[in-house]
Amino acid sequence: MSKKVTIDASGIYYRQLNEQIREAIAAGATEIVLNNVNSQRYIAGAVEGPIKFEVNGVPGQDMCSFMRGPYVRVKANAQDGVGNTMDDGLVVIEGLAGDVVGYAMRGGKIFIKGDVGYRVGIHMKAYMEKLPTIVIGGKAGDFLGEYMAGGILLLLGMYSDKPSEPIAGRSLGTGMHGGVIYVRGEVPKEQIGPGLSAQPLDDADKAVVEGIVKEYAKELGLNAKEILAADFVKIKPFSHRPYGNLYVPA
Amino acid sequence: MKAPERYYDFQKDISGCGVFGVIHKKRGLIPGEMPIRSMACMHDRGNGLGGGFAAYGIYPDLADKYAFHLMCDTQAAQDSAEEVLKHYFTVHLAEPIPTRKVVTIKNPPVMSRYFLTIKKDRPQEGRDLGEQDYVVNAVMHINHKVPGAFVFSSGKNMGAFKGVGFPEDIADFFRLEEYKAYIWTGHNRFPTNTPGWWGGAHPFTLLDWSIVHNGEISSYGINRRYLCEHNYLCTLMTDTEVVAYELDLLIRKHGLSKEMACKVFAPPFWDEIARMPKQEKEAYTALRMVYGQALLNGPFAILVADNTGLFGLNDRIKLRPLVVAEKDDMVFMSSEESSIREVQADLDRVWMPKAGEPVIVHLEA
Repeated sequence: MSKKVTIDASGIYYRQLNEQIREAIAAGATEIVLNNVNSQRYIAGAVEGPIKFEVNGVPGQDMCSFMRGPYVRVKANAQDGVGNTMDDGLVVIEGLAGDVVGYAMRGGKIFIKGDVGYRVGIHMKAYMEKLPTIVIGGKAGDFLGEYMAGGILLLLGMYSDKPSEPIAGRSLGTGMHGGVIYVRGEVPKEQIGPGLSAQPLDDADKAVVEGIVKEYAKELGLNAKEILAADFVKIKPFSHRPYGNLYVPA
Repeated sequence: MKAPERYYDFQKDISGCGVFGVIHKKRGLIPGEMPIRSMACMHDRGNGLGGGFAAYGIYPDLADKYAFHLMCDTQAAQDSAEEVLKHYFTVHLAEPIPTRKVVTIKNPPVMSRYFLTIKKDRPQEGRDLGEQDYVVNAVMHINHKVPGAFVFSSGKNMGAFKGVGFPEDIADFFRLEEYKAYIWTGHNRFPTNTPGWWGGAHPFTLLDWSIVHNGEISSYGINRRYLCEHNYLCTLMTDTEVVAYELDLLIRKHGLSKEMACKVFAPPFWDEIARMPKQEKEAYTALRMVYGQALLNGPFAILVADNTGLFGLNDRIKLRPLVVAEKDDMVFMSSEESSIREVQADLDRVWMPKAGEPVIVHLEA
């Protein structure tokens, strides 16, 4: 049985707003609509279970941090730190997102329509059935997927406000030792981190990309065929343990 | 507002901090309420140990006078500073900066402002100096040699207002809702490595320059030494001070454009320079060679204003956030988009500038 609760967040300090959200969930709410959100931090942070959120307005830092399960749709831009150490659930951002999206993310999905800032998807990790996934419809700043240890980053470069910039910033995937970064089209060689290179997709990769793109396109009302009508490349760690001897030479 | 002894033991200031700036390109006057509300929206980026604002266009009736804002420990310190001012300048108006009692603002220094012109009969030591160098020397003289007195604003038709407290409380203290300006910047401080004291709050200023900064100037030591060789003395114990003086040195004295100065602060990496066409490569190599000691290392998002405009700049690997937005003739720059939406819900464009690429907005003539 679903129960919808609407909260007017205008002028409410983040602590009180998050208290109200938790009280609503404790009282059985399964769908929460937040209106007039502006700047409140930690929305849906550490919330567990299949709760549905609609965020109207620009949420503050660390939205959906440590979240486990909810579906969150932001009908605006988002700021920094979305999905920090998120564990499960789906975040859909209809605008752009700031820096460090999905930091140390360990499960669930984040779909962003537009551009993202710097250090997106750094320290992402995967384990058994946990496979964190971030899709970026626009372009990304430097250090995308830095120190990545697992999961999937998919960069489309299509819905960007920055026509003259490269699809990804400097140091793409620097220090990655797990997971995969898929990029639609080409990545300038000098943008890719040391020792890494862009490789063509194999059939298994193509099936993965197609599956993710279809879900992404459906969530954001985009045309999957159009997104898939281009070649993709992948960037993966160059060996099983690329930095195994970094500090202790074998 | 006593500055601690042995201030040279402090090297750095690592901060959370929040910055906000707004400019009306056609010099439309923006009431103080706007930057105050924006800064209040980012309340949690600071910790109450520093707040401040800079405002341009606030003294139109005295626009040809240097507007000195002074903070002094005691009336005696202010009297000493006033003697120095009278030595260098003709005083046209001297008055307390209007303030009100605010329960959260403890032990404020004595605040005063002086509207000044250069003395016709200058003292011997200043006769050979250009007018602005003469003013800079007077500022350095007071800040360095008059105990307990600090000039924290020295430009024309502009002013800085700052102190220990959250920015909205500092604004209340200085009655900033009574001012209107065509450029505003604001700062919310979270000091960690240097003391939260009145002089160490942002903005830092010199002549018309003002800067607010989120981050840390890790190169503070070398920048400070470089400035010392050019007669700029750092006395305020916060790393950001060096940026105000470097702006004056590079842009006013050396004639660099704002774009070029930004490329000194946040130069391209050597591997990027290596891939540039010949002429660009030579230019950027020369800039890095000549101004290596002026490079700002460490994380920063800075907003810089003067009487010609406002610019924002990030360090070259963008270790601090910066968002820019446009609405008609206004351009906003801030640590957080929500602080802009707080005062301007509908925006024409919102974007995050590239690391090391300045966003420069000029006032129209």
